[in-house]
Amino acid sequence: MSGQEIGLALSVLLACAVEAVEAVTVVLAVGITRSWSSAFQGVGAALVALAAVVAALGPALTALPLNVLRLAVGGLLLVFGLQWLRKAVLRAAGLKELHDEAAAFVREREQALAAGEVVAGGRDPYAFAVAFKGVLLEGLEVAFIVVTFGSNQRNVPLAAAAAVVAVALVVGLAVAVRAPLARVPENAMKFSVGVMLTSFGMFWGAEGAGASWPGSDASLLVLIPGTLLVALAMVRWLARGVRRRSPALGEAA
Amino acid sequence: MRRLRAIAAGIWDFVVGDDWLTALGVVLALAATGLIADGNAAAWVVMPVAVIGLLASSLRRASR
Repeated sequence: MSGQEIGLALSVLLACAVEAVEAVTVVLAVGITRSWSSAFQGVGAALVALAAVVAALGPALTALPLNVLRLAVGGLLLVFGLQWLRKAVLRAAGLKELHDEAAAFVREREQALAAGEVVAGGRDPYAFAVAFKGVLLEGLEVAFIVVTFGSNQRNVPLAAAAAVVAVALVVGLAVAVRAPLARVPENAMKFSVGVMLTSFGMFWGAEGAGASWPGSDASLLVLIPGTLLVALAMVRWLARGVRRRSPALGEAA
Repeated sequence: MRRLRAIAAGIWDFVVGDDWLTALGVVLALAATGLIADGNAAAWVVMPVAVIGLLASSLRRASR
């Protein structure tokens, strides 16, 4: 397996695991409080919609000339990566609330309980809609990453396999603990995904625009740790500002 | 018409997110890379510099 393929598999695996944890929280909340069968129907419908997106976009992207594909995909990955990284840096610096799956589960459960009674044995539109929306919205970003990473390296099957492994791991864990996965280091995983997306976005975007990286693919071995170091430096810079503005808050962060 | 507008807004939100200045900066950095690469110079330098600048300015706006 080449370095780029390892990067592809790792990025998709982490991104997919993060989104799967969030989707599982939503499905657990509506499944436990309302109707498991309707929640599973919602999950199934969302998975079909996601598969359709991948099936439609994958071949369309691989038909593009490689340079055009790398420019477009690199640019999009970079925009995505910078969004993930910005939120991850803000969380790590204490300027944005850490994502808490236990709290998200309680919130979803309260909303589900407040949405009226469930007809015994009947189909529950609320559970269906919430599960469908949760899985579709969390899955769209992953589908996009699978398609862009996979098509760029002409290896959609590897990207799809990494996504399937991630979902299987998360669902397996959720079934085992029968509770929201609050102990998964979600914020650290989001930080890693932001670093990977930004690094690959820079690499492919510049190549697509006509630039040549010194050392070709090996430059990723500098770009990825370099991006991580820059992001960590920005966490320290922001955290110092937080401490200056409010010493007590800074200590808590 | 309303549905089309909602779809367009959804796509914009999905791709660009809540910081359109960063997205615009990425487009400009890629364009600059292309222009410099045409002149056979070391165009790869543009992207790392742009990413550091874009991330720092985005964080500065978000932390205000």
